[in-house]
Amino acid sequence: MNQKNSPGILKRCWQILRSPTSRFSLGTLSSVGFIVGIMFWGGFNWAVELSNTETFCISCHEMEVNVYEEYKDTVHYNNRTGVRATCPDCHVPQEWHYKIMRKVVATGELFHHLAGSLSTPEKFEEKRLELAQSVWRSMERSDSRECRNCHDYDSMDFFNQQRRAVAGHIDGFDEGKTCIDCHKGIAHSLPAMYEVDPSAVVGNSGHN
Amino acid sequence: MNRSRIFALAGATLLILAAGSFAQDVESLRGATELVDAPRLPTLKRWEPDQQPIARDFVQQPPLVPHSIDSYSIDLRSNKCLTCHSWANYQEAGATKISQTHFADSEANVLANVAPRRYFCNQCHVPQMDTDPLVENTFEPVKAIQ
Repeated sequence: MNQKNSPGILKRCWQILRSPTSRFSLGTLSSVGFIVGIMFWGGFNWAVELSNTETFCISCHEMEVNVYEEYKDTVHYNNRTGVRATCPDCHVPQEWHYKIMRKVVATGELFHHLAGSLSTPEKFEEKRLELAQSVWRSMERSDSRECRNCHDYDSMDFFNQQRRAVAGHIDGFDEGKTCIDCHKGIAHSLPAMYEVDPSAVVGNSGHN
Repeated sequence: MNRSRIFALAGATLLILAAGSFAQDVESLRGATELVDAPRLPTLKRWEPDQQPIARDFVQQPPLVPHSIDSYSIDLRSNKCLTCHSWANYQEAGATKISQTHFADSEANVLANVAPRRYFCNQCHVPQMDTDPLVENTFEPVKAIQ
């Protein structure tokens, strides 16, 4: 039972916090607080940016052996000009508020890593379509915002594009499509598309 | 030794010497460089960019791919070629539809979708590079399809 002879630890902390100091001036407290605040804010953002690097992303084994290996065969990894797009360039928004929201969602990914939801290739394959559709959905909702970080439609030089690209881009954007509508599979292997496009699969002759 | 054997030996020697004099015209794919020298690097060739369909040279020829297929992947999960060339997608994509011959398996049963033995398009259909033929030839298509 609480004796209440001397105040409890919580009450004492509260009293320390709310009573004015007799040693330090307002100016001292304000400027020290300002500087510490800058350091904290900088440190916070530095830590967030550390989690926005390719090295960090592939530190999880299920990312390194599955999606990273597939990405290495694609144009965003290796191309004529050497201009690359790494994991955060496509999957983490650059605007601060969207970025922080994505980081909050990423705690779910952290949970699944610790729970081992994708710890074997078989588990990954089972989930591949669901994971892909989740990313496609967020890209459609944001109108392929991350693609547009680098690819600006108004700056496209159609003279330098190939025949099918010119037609695809002009018609596609006129129809109100967004980048991800046509460019699925640009960076990672497409999932088994049975539910999305049943024509792009193999027939079954009835033997087993 | 008897006479015919001497003649056979002489004839064989002459043949070998004659053949040896032609040996200078035979070159391996490395070119005329010695084994210890580094070979001259061949010029880099490029895939042909998107173009109009290419005419076939013989009737059963699998049509050549007239466009770039860089990074297009065909695996067990998905077939990139079919996202434009399947019967469901070809009209919207403005592409040639995959032939109905590709729906039959090896026992001539017609299947409900592309047969497994026709699934890997690249086994027969190839894009082109802008370069000379590997071997000079005078092949011509038959008049009927020219």
